[in-house]
Amino acid sequence: MANLVEIRDLRVAFDGVAVLHGIGLEVAPGEALGLVGESGCGKSVTWLAALGLLPSKASIDGSVRLQGQELCNAPRSRLERVRGGRIAMIFQDPASALNPVIRVGRQLCEALRLHRGLTGAAGRAEALRLMDMVGIPDARGRFGLYPHEFSGGQCQRLMIAMALAGEPELLIADEPTTALDATIQAQILDLLARLRAETGMAVVFISHDLGAVAQVCDRVCVMYAGRIVEQGSVAQLFGHPRHPYTRGLFDAIPRLYGPRGALVPISGTVPDPRHPPPGCAFAPRCAHAHGFCATQVPRLLPQRDGRHLACAFPLPERDPQRDYEDALT
Amino acid sequence: MIRFVSLRLLRALVTVLAVMTFSFVVLRMSGDPAEVLLGPDVPQNVIDAFRRQWGLDAPLWRQYLSYLGAIFQGDFGLSMRDRAPALDLVLERVPATLMLTVPALILKLGIGIPAGIFAALHRDSAIDRGVIFLAILGFTIPSFVMGLVLVLIFAVTLGVLPSGGFGTWQNAILPGITISIGGIGIIARFSRSAMIEVLGQPYIRTASAKGVKWHDVVRGHALPNAAIPIVTIAGFMVGSLIAGAVVVETIFSWPGIGRLLIVSVSNRDLAVVQCILLLIAAVMVTANLIVDLLYGWLDPRLRTGTAH
Repeated sequence: MANLVEIRDLRVAFDGVAVLHGIGLEVAPGEALGLVGESGCGKSVTWLAALGLLPSKASIDGSVRLQGQELCNAPRSRLERVRGGRIAMIFQDPASALNPVIRVGRQLCEALRLHRGLTGAAGRAEALRLMDMVGIPDARGRFGLYPHEFSGGQCQRLMIAMALAGEPELLIADEPTTALDATIQAQILDLLARLRAETGMAVVFISHDLGAVAQVCDRVCVMYAGRIVEQGSVAQLFGHPRHPYTRGLFDAIPRLYGPRGALVPISGTVPDPRHPPPGCAFAPRCAHAHGFCATQVPRLLPQRDGRHLACAFPLPERDPQRDYEDALT
Repeated sequence: MIRFVSLRLLRALVTVLAVMTFSFVVLRMSGDPAEVLLGPDVPQNVIDAFRRQWGLDAPLWRQYLSYLGAIFQGDFGLSMRDRAPALDLVLERVPATLMLTVPALILKLGIGIPAGIFAALHRDSAIDRGVIFLAILGFTIPSFVMGLVLVLIFAVTLGVLPSGGFGTWQNAILPGITISIGGIGIIARFSRSAMIEVLGQPYIRTASAKGVKWHDVVRGHALPNAAIPIVTIAGFMVGSLIAGAVVVETIFSWPGIGRLLIVSVSNRDLAVVQCILLLIAAVMVTANLIVDLLYGWLDPRLRTGTAH
């Protein structure tokens, strides 16, 4: 099936400082793709750049195609039709993502008017249906309230309702649960999974919460310092990570089952984009790095099992014989 | 809401009372009207008689109480200079001052706000830098310098406008411009930074992300939020409708409140000075009260008292 979105060699720089170094990414219709990595690795910037939502000082190169239609540096009118209508986006801090001086009902109706031409009573009825759909109790009574009269979780539900208003083919969820309590996080994840099943829209789920990604996504891209370092199915990456960085992300998560062991944090910090290391950006923090890594940037290459990997000295491939023996014992 | 309004009203009254008390005490501590009005070579018994006549021989607290009592009965005292009711003297000067300050206020808001917003929307462009430069120039040049420079250019060199006086609309142009320029600069700077702050907020990105056209994002989503800080500074400008022209009225010999204040202070004409200060305080406090109520209208978070 033809891809819904194809990103090719997307590069972004702020004031001459490169923060994305050529991202390539596809999203198939109806697919759920996870984008993980530490803060500042370019997960959000990728999609803000794709939709033209970065500040004007950002310079953007490359190609972002939505079913053949070029979005990268496209005229404003084309982007305005795509935003909310074909690709919708929700953000990290729902309480400040809603306009504080406009009633939530009006904010919802605005999206419905823009993308579906619904006004007046029809718009109101559809807005109430959406509020019900995302689980806002007493939607009718709360239609005229302001965002500060809702909790953080409810604000995120309202954001999701607003995103659904345009019946988009793709929803970008940019760390939608980071600012919420754990129980509310689970509810929002359930809601996203349910809505995806009901509407058939594709979802790009940006997060540094690997558990949440596993719950929502089919496929995962791991990003580091403006590059994709490993890409594969959830089963591949979670079962057997091969990039030392991906492995590091898993080692830094506490386990609920099995013997108790110390957490292994990834030492060091993400490199400053103004002074990137000459070779692999992860080399200074990597236990597997050799001479090659300090001078050459590894390319993202397809592997035998279907995943893509950008590492000169990855963790070994899984040995089928050992898997068999493990299964027997 | 009632609680909100009544608290603000109470605060306004306390402020006016504080201004009254302060001006009353400071005026009496800073010089003797008898000596100023009667001159240096007057015999002591004349001075004593003058003091008795105006009640200046009583202890300060008694003078203060009788002053307060009179105010509450609407009696603002007599001018020591021409024995006319102080309130009448002050009120007859109000129209002249408003003739300068009201058009100036319209200029300040009408030019300052659009200029600031336009600069914010074209941030870091040549237009933006130009607006900032002119704004800083406007509010850093003191009005007495600005006034004299304008007189030099338009009255002395070009000879197209009168250098002072009162009567025709031409007389009002130079003083009006002198008053406005600083305020235009302040409002422009303030509107610009308010707008820039708002444009960086996540809800503006949300509005763009849902496909709202850029000019509707600015008009419908950014301006209502930027209006909140702009209203604050506009409130100050409204509050200075009476007091804002002291220096300019003096430069251009404009017969308004400001000039009356200067003359009355140097004459120690207690009742008139107190009356003017009370009027200034009342206007300022009323303007602030209106701003507070506007906040509640502009920002729903303040209405319910559950702001983040």
